[in-house]
Amino acid sequence: MRFVTVAGPPSSGKTCVIVKTLEELQRQNVKCGVVKFDCLSAQDQLIYHAKGIPVKVGLSGNLCPDHFYVSNIEAAVEWARGEGFDYLVTESAGLCNRCSPHIKDILAVCVVDNLSGVNTPKKIGPMLKSADIVVITKGDIVSQAEREVFTFRVRQVNPRARIIQFNGVTGQGSFYLKEAFSETATVGSLQGATLRFTMPGALCSYCLGERTIGEDKQIGVSRLMEFNG
Amino acid sequence: MMHRFSELTIKELLQQFPWIEDFFSAHEIDCSKWQDASFDALCRSLSQDFFSGIGSTPSRFLEDFFLFIREMKSLEETSGHLIQSIKILPGVNKMGEPESHEVTLKQGKVTAIVGPTGSGKSRLLEDIECLAQADTPTKRRILVDGAAPSYDTRFSNEGRLIAQLSQNMNFVMDLSVQDFLIMHAESRLAENIGALVETIFERANELAGEPFGKTTPITQLSGGQSRALMIADTALLSQAPIILIDEIENAGVDKSKALDLLVDNNKIVLIATHDPVLALSTEQRIIVRNGGIEKIIITTSAEKRKLVELKKLDDAAMQLRARLRRGDVIC
Repeated sequence: MRFVTVAGPPSSGKTCVIVKTLEELQRQNVKCGVVKFDCLSAQDQLIYHAKGIPVKVGLSGNLCPDHFYVSNIEAAVEWARGEGFDYLVTESAGLCNRCSPHIKDILAVCVVDNLSGVNTPKKIGPMLKSADIVVITKGDIVSQAEREVFTFRVRQVNPRARIIQFNGVTGQGSFYLKEAFSETATVGSLQGATLRFTMPGALCSYCLGERTIGEDKQIGVSRLMEFNG
Repeated sequence: MMHRFSELTIKELLQQFPWIEDFFSAHEIDCSKWQDASFDALCRSLSQDFFSGIGSTPSRFLEDFFLFIREMKSLEETSGHLIQSIKILPGVNKMGEPESHEVTLKQGKVTAIVGPTGSGKSRLLEDIECLAQADTPTKRRILVDGAAPSYDTRFSNEGRLIAQLSQNMNFVMDLSVQDFLIMHAESRLAENIGALVETIFERANELAGEPFGKTTPITQLSGGQSRALMIADTALLSQAPIILIDEIENAGVDKSKALDLLVDNNKIVLIATHDPVLALSTEQRIIVRNGGIEKIIITTSAEKRKLVELKKLDDAAMQLRARLRRGDVIC
């Protein structure tokens, strides 16, 4: 089985990119499945259902979505193997722009969109910087110049990645992504695999349910801003 | 790993590649204190926090930096290389029936694509964009300058082959016309940015029905002005050798001048249109139906005569438009 992690800011077009690419793969009669990780709610499973793509949804609720992701990813891969999939794609939103669900030696895709502005590539952390493939969406509604500047900025923060321009309406670009998916090596279990980047620390009182604001309530690891400098 | 530029100081690097300043600012590195040091030394001065913050290591970051320079340099070098022709070899339509026509698109020539919505225009463009080699649903093959492109060429083009321009496109950046053009020119590593920006600005104003200033925010331009700026900018600054224009007929720009500008800059121009003036101004039209190329029409001399008539009508309409704008009574 081949396994690909897809991440990107909310509303950047991840689901659409995955659906269009899996449709290309399905033409070659391979079985594909998706695990969607989200925080509070997700409706995207309906889109996958409509396309006949099996999907499991995991909602992290009041837990850190990225910690939730890591705790469940091994089981997700087991599930996919049990179902006999040729491809498993996980979809997760990079909510704090810092986190990255990317795993060493597993094809890592980051989806970003032109509409988010030319400074966005600078603001997204390892999710973008450590990705193998950067998919850029929504190029059909901004000017050619803005597309070119955006691509340049992505290249700047991640010179290693292959960049794919993707039109979610027509599916333009899905050919390249499909090729990249099929070039990736197959995986066994994820036992012992490591993340490309550390998750954010979850060690302060607010992680544990504290709600009151105040210095004496801040226990554990916290960092204070300097307002008088 | 040795790099050609690793011996240079930051100052020398900045002189050779002014655009790396952007790399430093993207990573919030203040390089002013490191002018006489090497990049390696600068790298070693950065804290562990910096590297863990970006999920990198000093050696990986060093490699990334030189990789970025190399990528940008190769972009600079290949941007002078223009594709002379694109040949589309026949495939099949949606019913699996073979297409009977091959099409050649040439540098400095305009080809129209006509056909109803859903007839296969997008698919055709997609085939060109990915330089299909009988591996897309249409089974078409695309030759670049007479030869099938290598696998590496196909996968390194990253959408740089086709520039697109359509009615749905808008400017989203919060910048003035001038700053916007400078930003685009910088990302293209252009030389002599001042003069280039001036030229694009002038050309855009020639195409626009109403003139606009350099300090106007691009998001405040009218439909016609935006289209005019996009066309001039694409013609003179885009890296793409192929330009695809989708339905710009109602945008209020001087259509003939727009096509001339693109052709003069040696672009291969494809225009999806049902506007008679535009369609008949081209050398040939591709008729798409049911996902396949059904016919190729080379613009006939009768059509060219018709075009002269149409242009008069079009000019008359343009003049009326200008008079309405001035507040004249039309009689």
